[in-house]
Amino acid sequence: MTGDWEKLKRDPRFVWPAFIALALLLLALPFVADWALGRAWVRIAAFVLLYVMLALGLNIVVGYAGLLDLGYVAFFAVGAYFYALLASPHFGVHLPFWLLLPLGAAVACVFGVLLGAPTLRLRGDYLAIVTLGFGEIIRIFLVNLNAPVNITNGPQGVNLIDPIRLGDFSLAQAHAFLGISFPTVYNYYYLFLALTLFVIFVSMRLEHSRIGRAWVAIREDEVAAAAMGINTRNVKLLAFAMGASFGGVSGGLFAGFQGFVSPESFTIIESIMILCMVVLGGMGHIPGVILGVVLLVILPEALRYLGPLQQWLIGRVLADPADLRLLVFGLALILVMLLRPSGMWPSQVRRRELSATGNPARNGPTSVRDAGE
Amino acid sequence: MLEARGLKVSYGGINAVKGIDLEVGRGELVTLIGCNGAGKSTTLKALAGLLRPAAGRIHYNGSDITARPAFELVRRGLALVPEGRGVFGRLTVEENLAMGAYSRRDRARVDADFERVYERFPRLAERRRQPAGTLSGGEQQMLAIGRALMSRPQLLLLDEPSMGLAPLMVQKIFETIRAIAQEGVTLLLVEQNARLALEASHRGYVMDSGVITLADSAPRLLGNPQVRQAYLGE
Repeated sequence: MTGDWEKLKRDPRFVWPAFIALALLLLALPFVADWALGRAWVRIAAFVLLYVMLALGLNIVVGYAGLLDLGYVAFFAVGAYFYALLASPHFGVHLPFWLLLPLGAAVACVFGVLLGAPTLRLRGDYLAIVTLGFGEIIRIFLVNLNAPVNITNGPQGVNLIDPIRLGDFSLAQAHAFLGISFPTVYNYYYLFLALTLFVIFVSMRLEHSRIGRAWVAIREDEVAAAAMGINTRNVKLLAFAMGASFGGVSGGLFAGFQGFVSPESFTIIESIMILCMVVLGGMGHIPGVILGVVLLVILPEALRYLGPLQQWLIGRVLADPADLRLLVFGLALILVMLLRPSGMWPSQVRRRELSATGNPARNGPTSVRDAGE
Repeated sequence: MLEARGLKVSYGGINAVKGIDLEVGRGELVTLIGCNGAGKSTTLKALAGLLRPAAGRIHYNGSDITARPAFELVRRGLALVPEGRGVFGRLTVEENLAMGAYSRRDRARVDADFERVYERFPRLAERRRQPAGTLSGGEQQMLAIGRALMSRPQLLLLDEPSMGLAPLMVQKIFETIRAIAQEGVTLLLVEQNARLALEASHRGYVMDSGVITLADSAPRLLGNPQVRQAYLGE
């Protein structure tokens, strides 16, 4: 089956029509979603795009370089607060979006190196614990940096953040174009779509670059990677920095989109959700990660309908949909892990580990090695 | 070509190598033999820049390379085949070999070297699209050696190339090692299979508990009653 798919992927008669259909679908999506499901779903679609950027950033660290990062949301927070503080009445500073976005990415990048540098010698569980701590440190700073000098405005967060403006074009106003009106959410959707495509493009280029191969080598065997002539220190730092900068960009967009940020948005659960998207979708595989994001953002939203569904089926709400949501969500995660252990849409490299062809006796040592990693 | 003086290496508080002198001349095949835990692999890792020595100096091609990182040494032609082979299990044979040429920029010659490795190891050519983790132990060792050759080394350090291999495969690996030496690559070998290693080598060192206890030509070591008793099982 995978063989057919590989062949299909290379067939221009299939690729171009599929590509054009996908592009049209993405362009028409806000209209379709708005018409069929309501305005809220356009907002959810924008969030899907935001999370795609975020997850692709984490995918560099976890998927490509194999460094388990449980505090990734910290970079999202850094990007969001950077934007919030420099484009809101909080300090009375209102820097333009085109300046804040790259600067936010750069600041997050610096934080990525700050986290990466002391953890270079750590691996696996130990790295996970340190990154977990780092994520919490950032959040606790955000909560407490309101005294003696009020920098972050503490648990109240920063309000009235400037909406995103591109020159004279404000995304916070409805615009009419060719006689079609584009409400605010649509504007954000299209901006996020453009940036997401850019992030996907960068990710793809990175994956097939020299650095991408170096990341894979480090993930597979760090000592051997060093013996290949790979500067493991710099290459690992680069993974942290690149991943963090993606997080920073998404953070800035999030702040501008929401108009409000508070430390509550950057809890550990958020880190774990992003990690789930990467792992469930298929670590190190861009289409897999995107699929993971789409499902994990949409599923909790879709499960809100469990209440009306019960009403319709049995005439009353038997179980609170808020409780059911977590239950069903947890079940879905467990099912995916059982049925598709290497992700729903794994990369070829990951797939090899499970479906290694040839002599089954020879698969023995492979699994032993993997277990020992 | 390679010279270590007073080399000391500690591993998490344990002094694994306690001040050794070691030399490898250009074109030589030198073996370091010794029991498990004698400090052979640690020595090799320090020479390859994977471990930082606690004391002593290492010179390579006339320059001081003490504590220089491994990636820099690979570029200068010093390659290591790590213990336990260290192939990238989920990457294909071909991808593994490409990794070996990571620090090279001369694309045309890299392509020619691919062919040379495949000529030397026809088994790898047959399995070039197969994940390295599905190869047999011997094939993985061939791949590890082929991968190191892809960096065009002047000096190749081999850590226990015969470990865990069937006797026939061990013979084959040693034939390969001799062939590589004849092509002008200098080799430093760490082995537990002392007889085969010394038979292939010019000179040898015997290491015990972090110090070098004997250094002599390989034939003389093979004739040494102490060595025969302790390492050749006689």
